[in-house]
Amino acid sequence: MASSPSSQIISIANLNKEYPNSKPVIRDLSLSVAPGEFVSVLGASGCGKSTLLKMIAGLSPISGGSIRIDGRAPEGARDAVSFVFQDSTLLPWRTVARNVELSLEFEQVPRPQRASRVAAVLKLVGLEEVHDYYPRQLSGGMKMRVSLARALVTTPRLLLMDEPFGALDAMTRNRLNEELLALKAQQQWTTLFVTHSITEAVFLSNRIILMGANPGRICEEVMIPLPTHRTAALRGDPAFLDLVGQVSRSFGALHL
Amino acid sequence: MIPSSWRLPLLTFCAVLLLWELSVIVFKVPDYLVPSPIEIGGLVRSRLPDLLHALLVTGTEAVGGFLLSAVVGVAVGLFFSTSSLIRRCFYPYVVLLQTIPIIAISPLILLWLGNGSASVLFISFLISVPAVIVNTTQGLISIEPNLLNLFRMGNAGVAAVLFKLRLPHALPHIFVGLKIAAGASVVGALVGETFAGSSSLGAGGLGYSSIYALSQLDTPYLFAIILTSSLLGLLLFFAVVVLERIMVGSWHESVRGDRVD
Repeated sequence: MASSPSSQIISIANLNKEYPNSKPVIRDLSLSVAPGEFVSVLGASGCGKSTLLKMIAGLSPISGGSIRIDGRAPEGARDAVSFVFQDSTLLPWRTVARNVELSLEFEQVPRPQRASRVAAVLKLVGLEEVHDYYPRQLSGGMKMRVSLARALVTTPRLLLMDEPFGALDAMTRNRLNEELLALKAQQQWTTLFVTHSITEAVFLSNRIILMGANPGRICEEVMIPLPTHRTAALRGDPAFLDLVGQVSRSFGALHL
Repeated sequence: MIPSSWRLPLLTFCAVLLLWELSVIVFKVPDYLVPSPIEIGGLVRSRLPDLLHALLVTGTEAVGGFLLSAVVGVAVGLFFSTSSLIRRCFYPYVVLLQTIPIIAISPLILLWLGNGSASVLFISFLISVPAVIVNTTQGLISIEPNLLNLFRMGNAGVAAVLFKLRLPHALPHIFVGLKIAAGASVVGALVGETFAGSSSLGAGGLGYSSIYALSQLDTPYLFAIILTSSLLGLLLFFAVVVLERIMVGSWHESVRGDRVD
């Protein structure tokens, strides 16, 4: 990425993370993400990729180096950032609509404006029919869609996603991957997406960061020069399969 | 119309009553040992005003003890949830309170609060409050870390975390505590009355009446008192269950499993 640091939405320089009396979790990690990019972080469990995401969100303190989000410290940039967690983290006592509304309550959006924004985002993720359902009445895929709607209702500039589809079956996961790209085409956020699925990373990303463990660090970056407009058919495309193979080999080489 | 799920248990109940009645007749059991169901039934009818009065006295004490334990228990739980230091200091004593046989300290309460309903209510409270404290505390602190992270991402303040996350999350736990407390408060009131029940004319509750009936070898009345006490326990328990249905029934998993896919 050739652009100057100020135009980056995420600028991480020489980041370190360690806990007292244990091996460093992340050492000397630098990463820049430009607006509009979809960057996936791929790594084995325990390589610190979730910790990296939490530090970018300001949820976990850093031990050294710097993180700037849109030129600001992570804690001060939360109005521009939404986090999608591994599990859907819905409040079981709130209906689908009220769960999505929570984000607007945090931003102190006046009550009269909330309903229309909630309705709009639920329509966007195809959930307008379950508006008044409680989370316990929803399938895993639907819960994740609600979680996504809650993240998107505030129109964030940066979406941090921590293995959001990891617990879903392969069919649902593929469908949600396609929907996520369709949403991105409409809303133009930047995404840092943590996953351990190579095909998912290739399907979604403009760029894949391969992380190694002990200590967590960036080992390789792979550009994914596939067209911006991607559909389910892409999964059978030779160019796609080539890239999956290439990333798999790079990933395999990390663990030799 | 009797719900179908009640039919079999009701049938069992009738069969047991019939067997009981027949056994008492066939084996000529004296009524001061085991009275027959018909005899008990007749007695309940003839001494209904006495029973209702005792029920009112004990009910007031038990409900008072229960309400006090609900208010104090939730308040202490809230206090405990604020810091792990506070929990480390005080929590063991709540557990200890649960293990102290209340009978052992009842005389002391009698000494401090005197004979009568105040002592009984306090004993009822002591017996039922630990369950509310323990369950409320658990409910307030056992929150998934990522839910707390979600609220941090929203820059939510302490009040928002308490009212939008911790308290609603704790509600089902609080009701577990309240259901235990409902049963315990009746036990506490009955036990308390055997120690501290007022014996002034017509003022005795169920616990006191049972001691009196025993001294008179009035076993049929003793059985009537047992029935009335059970009724009190059931009423209080069901009151809590109904409140629970209203407050968490719509969203909590324990109710129904109507999913859509």
